[in-house]
Amino acid sequence: MTYARDVAALARKDLLLELRARETLPAMVLFVLSTLVAFRFALPGGGTERQTIGLLWVAILFTSLVGLTRAFVPEREQRVLDGLVLAPVDRSAIWFGKVTATLAFLVAAEVVALPAYALFFEGLTWETVAAVALADIGICAVGTILAAMAAAGRARELLFPLLFLPLSLPILVGGVGAGVGDDPARFLAFLGLYDAVFAILAWASFEYVVTE
Amino acid sequence: MLVSGLALALLWAPEDADQGPSQRIFYIHVPIALTAYACFGWGAWKALRLLWTGDARYDLESYTAVHLGTIFGTLTLVTGSIWAKTSWGVWWSWGERQLVLFLVLFLFYAAYFMLRFSLAEGPARARISAVYALFGVVLIPISFLAIRLAQNFIHPVVFTRDGPQMSGDMFFTFCVCLAGMLLLAGALYLNELAGKRLDLRLRELREALELR
Repeated sequence: MTYARDVAALARKDLLLELRARETLPAMVLFVLSTLVAFRFALPGGGTERQTIGLLWVAILFTSLVGLTRAFVPEREQRVLDGLVLAPVDRSAIWFGKVTATLAFLVAAEVVALPAYALFFEGLTWETVAAVALADIGICAVGTILAAMAAAGRARELLFPLLFLPLSLPILVGGVGAGVGDDPARFLAFLGLYDAVFAILAWASFEYVVTE
Repeated sequence: MLVSGLALALLWAPEDADQGPSQRIFYIHVPIALTAYACFGWGAWKALRLLWTGDARYDLESYTAVHLGTIFGTLTLVTGSIWAKTSWGVWWSWGERQLVLFLVLFLFYAAYFMLRFSLAEGPARARISAVYALFGVVLIPISFLAIRLAQNFIHPVVFTRDGPQMSGDMFFTFCVCLAGMLLLAGALYLNELAGKRLDLRLRELREALELR
Protein backbone atom coordinates (compact mmCIF):
# COMPACT_ATOMS: atom_id res chain seq x y z
CA MET A 1 0.00 0.00 0.00
CA THR A 2 2.88 2.33 0.79
CA TYR A 3 4.18 1.64 -2.71
CA ALA A 4 1.00 3.01 -4.28
CA ARG A 5 1.15 6.01 -1.96
CA ASP A 6 4.75 6.73 -2.96
CA VAL A 7 3.87 6.52 -6.63
CA ALA A 8 0.90 8.83 -6.17
CA ALA A 9 3.00 11.34 -4.24
CA LEU A 10 5.73 11.35 -6.91
CA ALA A 11 3.22 11.73 -9.74
CA ARG A 12 1.46 14.50 -7.83
CA LYS A 13 4.76 16.34 -7.49
CA ASP A 14 5.26 16.34 -11.26
CA LEU A 15 1.70 17.36 -12.00
CA LEU A 16 1.86 20.18 -9.45
CA LEU A 17 5.15 21.43 -10.91
CA GLU A 18 3.51 21.42 -14.33
CA LEU A 19 0.45 23.26 -13.05
CA ARG A 20 2.67 25.97 -11.57
CA ALA A 21 5.20 26.31 -14.37
CA ARG A 22 3.04 25.30 -17.36
CA GLU A 23 6.05 24.35 -19.44
CA THR A 24 5.50 20.92 -20.95
CA LEU A 25 1.82 20.49 -21.71
CA PRO A 26 1.20 23.70 -23.70
CA ALA A 27 4.36 22.92 -25.70
CA MET A 28 3.11 19.40 -26.47
CA VAL A 29 -0.37 20.57 -27.51
CA LEU A 30 0.97 23.33 -29.73
CA PHE A 31 3.54 20.99 -31.20
CA VAL A 32 1.05 18.30 -32.15
CA LEU A 33 -1.34 20.82 -33.69
CA SER A 34 1.35 22.50 -35.76
CA THR A 35 2.68 19.11 -36.84
CA LEU A 36 -0.77 18.07 -38.07
CA VAL A 37 -1.14 21.34 -39.98
CA ALA A 38 2.33 20.92 -41.46
CA PHE A 39 1.43 17.37 -42.55
CA ARG A 40 -1.71 18.68 -44.24
CA PHE A 41 0.51 20.81 -46.47
CA ALA A 42 3.06 18.07 -46.91
CA LEU A 43 0.34 15.97 -48.54
CA PRO A 44 -1.03 18.01 -51.40
CA GLY A 45 -4.62 16.95 -52.07
CA GLY A 46 -5.09 15.57 -48.58
CA GLY A 47 -3.61 12.10 -49.05
CA THR A 48 -5.34 8.77 -48.59
CA GLU A 49 -6.51 7.39 -45.29
CA ARG A 50 -3.52 5.03 -45.16
CA GLN A 51 -1.13 7.93 -45.45
CA THR A 52 -2.82 10.24 -42.99
CA ILE A 53 -3.09 7.56 -40.30
CA GLY A 54 0.66 7.06 -40.59
CA LEU A 55 1.19 10.78 -40.17
CA LEU A 56 -1.01 10.81 -37.09
CA TRP A 57 1.25 8.20 -35.53
CA VAL A 58 4.40 10.09 -36.42
CA ALA A 59 2.83 13.20 -34.87
CA ILE A 60 2.02 11.29 -31.68
CA LEU A 61 5.52 9.82 -31.40
CA PHE A 62 7.19 13.19 -31.94
CA THR A 63 4.86 14.84 -29.46
CA SER A 64 5.81 12.25 -26.87
CA LEU A 65 9.46 13.07 -27.65
CA VAL A 66 8.75 16.71 -26.78
CA GLY A 67 7.22 15.71 -23.47
CA LEU A 68 9.65 12.97 -22.51
CA THR A 69 12.92 14.65 -23.48
CA ARG A 70 12.66 17.01 -20.55
CA ALA A 71 11.13 14.51 -18.15
CA PHE A 72 14.30 14.01 -16.11
CA VAL A 73 16.18 17.20 -16.89
CA PRO A 74 14.84 19.14 -13.85
CA GLU A 75 15.65 16.12 -11.69
CA ARG A 76 19.26 16.12 -12.86
CA GLU A 77 19.75 19.88 -12.96
CA GLN A 78 18.26 20.61 -9.55
CA ARG A 79 19.72 17.41 -8.09
CA VAL A 80 16.23 16.23 -7.16
CA LEU A 81 17.12 12.74 -8.26
CA ASP A 82 19.80 12.40 -5.58
CA GLY A 83 17.19 13.21 -2.98
CA LEU A 84 14.69 10.81 -4.47
CA VAL A 85 17.23 7.99 -4.60
CA LEU A 86 18.14 8.62 -0.97
CA ALA A 87 14.49 8.77 0.10
CA PRO A 88 13.12 5.61 1.72
CA VAL A 89 11.09 4.58 -1.33
CA ASP A 90 11.50 1.72 -3.73
CA ARG A 91 13.41 3.11 -6.75
CA SER A 92 10.95 1.63 -9.19
CA ALA A 93 8.32 3.87 -7.56
CA ILE A 94 10.23 6.84 -9.02
CA TRP A 95 9.79 5.29 -12.46
CA PHE A 96 6.14 4.53 -11.81
CA GLY A 97 5.41 8.05 -10.65
CA LYS A 98 7.15 9.55 -13.65
CA VAL A 99 5.31 7.24 -16.04
CA THR A 100 2.00 8.25 -14.49
CA ALA A 101 2.79 11.95 -14.85
CA THR A 102 4.08 11.74 -18.44
CA LEU A 103 1.12 9.54 -19.35
CA ALA A 104 -1.21 12.22 -18.04
CA PHE A 105 0.53 14.86 -20.20
CA LEU A 106 0.49 12.69 -23.30
CA VAL A 107 -3.19 11.78 -22.90
CA ALA A 108 -4.05 15.44 -22.34
CA ALA A 109 -2.22 16.40 -25.54
CA GLU A 110 -4.01 13.64 -27.44
CA VAL A 111 -7.41 14.75 -26.16
CA VAL A 112 -6.72 17.84 -28.26
CA ALA A 113 -4.85 16.11 -31.06
CA LEU A 114 -7.31 13.33 -31.94
CA PRO A 115 -10.35 15.59 -32.46
CA ALA A 116 -8.11 17.96 -34.41
CA TYR A 117 -7.03 15.03 -36.58
CA ALA A 118 -10.67 14.02 -37.12
CA LEU A 119 -11.39 17.62 -38.11
CA PHE A 120 -8.45 18.05 -40.51
CA PHE A 121 -8.37 14.57 -41.99
CA GLU A 122 -10.67 11.59 -42.28
CA GLY A 123 -10.51 8.07 -41.00
CA LEU A 124 -10.31 8.28 -37.22
CA THR A 125 -11.74 4.96 -36.08
CA TRP A 126 -12.34 3.53 -32.64
CA GLU A 127 -9.61 1.01 -33.34
CA THR A 128 -7.15 3.86 -33.71
CA VAL A 129 -8.31 5.46 -30.48
CA ALA A 130 -7.85 2.14 -28.66
CA ALA A 131 -4.43 1.71 -30.26
CA VAL A 132 -3.42 5.21 -29.16
CA ALA A 133 -4.46 4.41 -25.60
CA LEU A 134 -2.42 1.19 -25.61
CA ALA A 135 0.54 2.81 -27.33
CA ASP A 136 0.65 5.61 -24.76
CA ILE A 137 1.42 3.12 -22.01
CA GLY A 138 4.31 1.63 -23.98
CA ILE A 139 5.62 5.03 -25.04
CA CYS A 140 5.68 6.33 -21.47
CA ALA A 141 7.03 3.11 -19.95
CA VAL A 142 9.97 2.91 -22.36
CA GLY A 143 10.39 6.65 -22.77
CA THR A 144 10.69 7.32 -19.06
CA ILE A 145 13.59 4.94 -18.46
CA LEU A 146 15.38 6.07 -21.64
CA ALA A 147 14.89 9.71 -20.61
CA ALA A 148 16.51 8.90 -17.29
CA MET A 149 19.45 7.29 -19.15
CA ALA A 150 19.81 10.22 -21.53
CA ALA A 151 19.63 12.76 -18.72
CA ALA A 152 22.64 11.10 -17.07
CA GLY A 153 24.78 11.84 -20.11
CA ARG A 154 26.24 15.00 -21.51
CA ALA A 155 24.16 15.20 -24.67
CA ARG A 156 20.73 14.86 -22.95
CA GLU A 157 18.15 16.35 -25.33
CA LEU A 158 20.16 15.26 -28.31
CA LEU A 159 20.52 11.69 -27.16
CA PHE A 160 16.97 10.85 -26.19
CA PRO A 161 15.37 10.68 -29.68
CA LEU A 162 18.22 8.44 -30.83
CA LEU A 163 17.57 6.02 -28.00
CA PHE A 164 13.81 6.19 -28.23
CA LEU A 165 12.97 5.98 -31.93
CA PRO A 166 14.41 2.49 -32.69
CA LEU A 167 12.61 1.12 -29.65
CA SER A 168 9.33 2.77 -30.61
CA LEU A 169 9.18 1.36 -34.15
CA PRO A 170 7.10 -1.67 -33.01
CA ILE A 171 4.56 0.79 -31.55
CA LEU A 172 4.36 2.48 -34.93
CA VAL A 173 3.74 -0.87 -36.62
CA GLY A 174 1.04 -1.84 -34.13
CA GLY A 175 -0.66 1.53 -34.23
CA VAL A 176 -0.73 1.95 -37.98
CA GLY A 177 -1.76 -1.69 -38.40
CA ALA A 178 -4.69 -1.27 -36.04
CA GLY A 179 -5.85 1.68 -38.12
CA VAL A 180 -5.52 0.27 -41.63
CA GLY A 181 -4.98 -3.49 -41.21
CA ASP A 182 -7.57 -6.17 -41.97
CA ASP A 183 -7.43 -7.57 -38.48
CA PRO A 184 -7.08 -4.73 -35.94
CA ALA A 185 -7.42 -7.09 -32.96
CA ARG A 186 -4.08 -8.71 -33.77
CA PHE A 187 -2.32 -5.38 -33.84
CA LEU A 188 -3.99 -4.28 -30.62
CA ALA A 189 -2.89 -7.53 -29.00
CA PHE A 190 0.63 -6.87 -30.25
CA LEU A 191 0.60 -3.40 -28.67
CA GLY A 192 -0.58 -4.97 -25.42
CA LEU A 193 2.28 -7.46 -25.57
CA TYR A 194 4.77 -4.67 -26.19
CA ASP A 195 3.41 -2.72 -23.22
CA ALA A 196 3.58 -5.72 -20.91
CA VAL A 197 7.10 -6.82 -21.89
CA PHE A 198 8.75 -3.43 -21.83
CA ALA A 199 6.87 -2.17 -18.77
CA ILE A 200 8.10 -5.15 -16.77
CA LEU A 201 11.65 -4.75 -18.07
CA ALA A 202 11.73 -1.01 -17.41
CA TRP A 203 10.16 -1.40 -13.98
CA ALA A 204 12.71 -4.04 -12.99
CA SER A 205 15.78 -2.28 -14.36
CA PHE A 206 15.06 1.35 -13.48
CA GLU A 207 16.83 1.02 -10.15
CA TYR A 208 20.16 0.43 -11.91
CA VAL A 209 19.77 3.54 -14.04
CA VAL A 210 19.36 6.03 -11.21
CA THR A 211 21.69 4.69 -8.52
CA GLU A 212 25.06 6.40 -8.57
CA MET B 1 37.46 -23.57 -40.15
CA LEU B 2 36.07 -20.49 -41.85
CA VAL B 3 38.37 -20.97 -44.82
CA SER B 4 37.34 -24.58 -45.25
CA GLY B 5 33.72 -23.51 -44.93
CA LEU B 6 34.16 -20.94 -47.64
CA ALA B 7 35.89 -23.47 -49.89
CA LEU B 8 33.02 -25.88 -49.38
CA ALA B 9 30.52 -23.13 -50.06
CA LEU B 10 32.18 -22.03 -53.27
CA LEU B 11 33.31 -25.33 -54.75
CA TRP B 12 31.41 -28.23 -53.34
CA ALA B 13 27.88 -27.34 -52.34
CA PRO B 14 25.30 -27.98 -55.07
CA GLU B 15 23.94 -25.00 -56.87
CA ASP B 16 20.49 -23.78 -56.02
CA ALA B 17 18.15 -24.60 -58.89
CA ASP B 18 16.19 -21.41 -58.45
CA GLN B 19 18.78 -18.77 -57.72
CA GLY B 20 21.96 -20.11 -59.29
CA PRO B 21 25.44 -19.14 -58.08
CA SER B 22 24.24 -16.06 -56.21
CA GLN B 23 22.72 -18.39 -53.65
CA ARG B 24 26.23 -19.15 -52.42
CA ILE B 25 26.32 -15.85 -50.54
CA PHE B 26 23.79 -17.55 -48.26
CA TYR B 27 26.69 -19.44 -46.68
CA ILE B 28 28.26 -16.15 -45.62
CA HIS B 29 25.24 -13.96 -45.07
CA VAL B 30 23.25 -16.22 -42.76
CA PRO B 31 26.17 -17.28 -40.53
CA ILE B 32 27.15 -13.61 -40.15
CA ALA B 33 23.59 -12.75 -39.16
CA LEU B 34 23.40 -15.59 -36.64
CA THR B 35 26.79 -14.62 -35.25
CA ALA B 36 25.56 -11.06 -34.79
CA TYR B 37 22.60 -12.38 -32.81
CA ALA B 38 24.96 -14.52 -30.76
CA CYS B 39 27.13 -11.47 -29.99
CA PHE B 40 24.13 -9.38 -28.95
CA GLY B 41 22.88 -12.23 -26.80
CA TRP B 42 26.30 -12.70 -25.23
CA GLY B 43 26.54 -8.96 -24.56
CA ALA B 44 23.13 -8.99 -22.88
CA TRP B 45 24.07 -12.04 -20.82
CA LYS B 46 27.20 -10.25 -19.58
CA ALA B 47 25.06 -7.16 -18.92
CA LEU B 48 22.71 -9.26 -16.83
CA ARG B 49 25.66 -10.70 -14.93
CA LEU B 50 26.91 -7.17 -14.30
CA LEU B 51 23.60 -6.04 -12.84
CA TRP B 52 23.35 -9.25 -10.85
CA THR B 53 26.81 -9.35 -9.32
CA GLY B 54 27.97 -5.73 -9.67
CA ASP B 55 31.35 -7.00 -10.85
CA ALA B 56 32.90 -4.26 -13.02
CA ARG B 57 34.73 -6.62 -15.36
CA TYR B 58 31.45 -7.64 -17.02
CA ASP B 59 31.07 -4.11 -18.34
CA LEU B 60 34.01 -4.42 -20.69
CA GLU B 61 32.94 -7.91 -21.76
CA SER B 62 29.41 -6.78 -22.50
CA TYR B 63 30.65 -3.73 -24.40
CA THR B 64 33.07 -5.78 -26.48
CA ALA B 65 30.36 -8.28 -27.40
CA VAL B 66 27.93 -5.55 -28.42
CA HIS B 67 30.70 -3.87 -30.39
CA LEU B 68 31.40 -7.07 -32.31
CA GLY B 69 27.68 -7.67 -32.76
CA THR B 70 27.31 -4.26 -34.35
CA ILE B 71 30.18 -4.97 -36.73
CA PHE B 72 28.67 -8.33 -37.72
CA GLY B 73 25.26 -6.68 -37.97
CA THR B 74 26.61 -4.09 -40.39
CA LEU B 75 28.23 -6.87 -42.42
CA THR B 76 24.85 -8.60 -42.49
CA LEU B 77 23.31 -5.48 -43.97
CA VAL B 78 26.03 -5.29 -46.60
CA THR B 79 25.97 -8.97 -47.61
CA GLY B 80 22.18 -9.03 -47.49
CA SER B 81 22.06 -6.01 -49.72
CA ILE B 82 24.40 -7.67 -52.22
CA TRP B 83 22.28 -10.80 -52.16
CA ALA B 84 19.13 -8.73 -52.72
CA LYS B 85 20.81 -7.08 -55.69
CA THR B 86 21.77 -10.36 -57.32
CA SER B 87 18.49 -12.14 -56.56
CA TRP B 88 15.90 -9.44 -57.01
CA GLY B 89 17.82 -6.71 -58.80
CA VAL B 90 17.42 -4.13 -56.07
CA TRP B 91 19.88 -3.09 -53.37
CA TRP B 92 17.21 -2.75 -50.75
CA SER B 93 13.86 -4.42 -50.28
CA TRP B 94 11.52 -3.57 -47.43
CA GLY B 95 9.98 -6.99 -47.91
CA GLU B 96 13.11 -8.63 -46.51
CA ARG B 97 12.23 -9.09 -42.89
CA GLN B 98 15.65 -10.03 -41.58
CA LEU B 99 17.33 -7.11 -43.31
CA VAL B 100 14.78 -4.64 -41.98
CA LEU B 101 15.28 -6.10 -38.52
CA PHE B 102 19.02 -5.62 -38.83
CA LEU B 103 18.47 -2.04 -39.91
CA VAL B 104 16.41 -1.42 -36.76
CA LEU B 105 19.04 -3.16 -34.66
CA PHE B 106 21.79 -1.18 -36.33
CA LEU B 107 20.04 2.07 -35.37
CA PHE B 108 19.44 0.78 -31.85
CA TYR B 109 23.02 -0.30 -31.21
CA ALA B 110 24.46 2.79 -32.87
CA ALA B 111 22.54 4.71 -30.21
CA TYR B 112 24.14 2.38 -27.62
CA PHE B 113 27.54 3.81 -28.51
CA MET B 114 26.21 7.38 -28.48
CA LEU B 115 24.81 6.74 -25.01
CA ARG B 116 27.95 5.07 -23.74
CA PHE B 117 30.28 7.79 -24.92
CA SER B 118 28.12 10.58 -23.53
CA LEU B 119 28.30 9.15 -20.01
CA ALA B 120 31.17 9.71 -17.64
CA GLU B 121 33.22 6.57 -17.03
CA GLY B 122 32.35 4.65 -13.90
CA PRO B 123 29.84 2.24 -12.38
CA ALA B 124 26.87 4.40 -13.43
CA ARG B 125 27.91 4.13 -17.06
CA ALA B 126 28.37 0.39 -16.74
CA ARG B 127 24.91 -0.07 -15.30
CA ILE B 128 23.12 2.20 -17.77
CA SER B 129 24.85 0.53 -20.74
CA ALA B 130 23.92 -2.85 -19.31
CA VAL B 131 20.25 -1.95 -18.99
CA TYR B 132 20.26 -0.65 -22.56
CA ALA B 133 21.90 -3.85 -23.82
CA LEU B 134 19.17 -5.84 -22.08
CA PHE B 135 16.52 -3.76 -23.85
CA GLY B 136 18.26 -4.76 -27.07
CA VAL B 137 17.73 -8.50 -26.73
CA VAL B 138 14.10 -7.92 -25.83
CA LEU B 139 13.74 -5.65 -28.83
CA ILE B 140 14.99 -8.35 -31.23
CA PRO B 141 11.98 -10.72 -30.95
CA ILE B 142 9.49 -7.86 -30.56
CA SER B 143 10.76 -6.11 -33.68
CA PHE B 144 10.81 -9.39 -35.52
CA LEU B 145 7.16 -9.89 -34.65
CA ALA B 146 6.38 -6.30 -35.64
CA ILE B 147 8.08 -6.59 -39.00
CA ARG B 148 6.37 -9.91 -39.61
CA LEU B 149 3.00 -8.35 -38.81
CA ALA B 150 3.74 -5.40 -41.04
CA GLN B 151 4.89 -7.27 -44.11
CA ASN B 152 4.19 -9.91 -46.63
CA PHE B 153 6.24 -12.95 -47.49
CA ILE B 154 9.09 -12.34 -49.88
CA HIS B 155 12.04 -13.76 -48.02
CA PRO B 156 12.71 -17.40 -48.83
CA VAL B 157 12.10 -19.21 -45.57
CA VAL B 158 14.77 -21.85 -45.21
CA PHE B 159 14.26 -22.96 -41.65
CA THR B 160 10.68 -23.97 -40.93
CA ARG B 161 9.11 -26.12 -38.29
CA ASP B 162 9.89 -29.20 -40.37
CA GLY B 163 13.62 -28.60 -40.05
CA PRO B 164 15.95 -27.03 -42.58
CA GLN B 165 14.65 -27.09 -46.14
CA MET B 166 17.85 -27.87 -47.93
CA SER B 167 19.84 -30.85 -49.09
CA GLY B 168 22.33 -32.61 -46.83
CA ASP B 169 25.37 -31.23 -48.64
CA MET B 170 24.11 -27.70 -48.39
CA PHE B 171 23.25 -28.08 -44.74
CA PHE B 172 26.70 -29.47 -43.93
CA THR B 173 28.39 -26.58 -45.73
CA PHE B 174 26.14 -24.17 -43.89
CA CYS B 175 27.04 -25.69 -40.53
CA VAL B 176 30.77 -25.50 -41.28
CA CYS B 177 30.41 -21.86 -42.26
CA LEU B 178 28.39 -21.08 -39.16
CA ALA B 179 30.90 -22.77 -36.88
CA GLY B 180 33.75 -20.93 -38.63
CA MET B 181 32.02 -17.58 -38.25
CA LEU B 182 31.26 -18.21 -34.58
CA LEU B 183 34.88 -19.20 -33.97
CA LEU B 184 36.05 -16.07 -35.75
CA ALA B 185 33.75 -13.96 -33.58
CA GLY B 186 34.96 -15.72 -30.46
CA ALA B 187 38.60 -15.15 -31.38
CA LEU B 188 37.94 -11.49 -32.20
CA TYR B 189 36.09 -11.15 -28.92
CA LEU B 190 38.94 -12.55 -26.84
CA ASN B 191 41.48 -10.54 -28.79
CA GLU B 192 39.64 -7.26 -28.41
CA LEU B 193 38.91 -7.94 -24.78
CA ALA B 194 42.57 -8.59 -24.07
CA GLY B 195 43.51 -5.40 -25.90
CA LYS B 196 40.97 -3.33 -24.01
CA ARG B 197 42.07 -4.78 -20.67
CA LEU B 198 45.68 -4.01 -21.48
CA ASP B 199 44.67 -0.49 -22.43
CA LEU B 200 42.83 -0.04 -19.15
CA ARG B 201 45.71 -1.44 -17.13
CA LEU B 202 48.15 0.84 -18.94
CA ARG B 203 46.02 3.86 -18.17
CA GLU B 204 45.81 2.89 -14.52
CA LEU B 205 49.57 2.51 -14.33
CA ARG B 206 50.12 5.83 -16.05
CA GLU B 207 47.77 7.57 -13.65
CA ALA B 208 49.52 5.91 -10.73
CA LEU B 209 52.87 7.18 -12.05
CA GLU B 210 51.57 10.71 -12.49
CA LEU B 211 50.19 10.73 -8.99
CA ARG B 212 53.51 9.90 -7.46
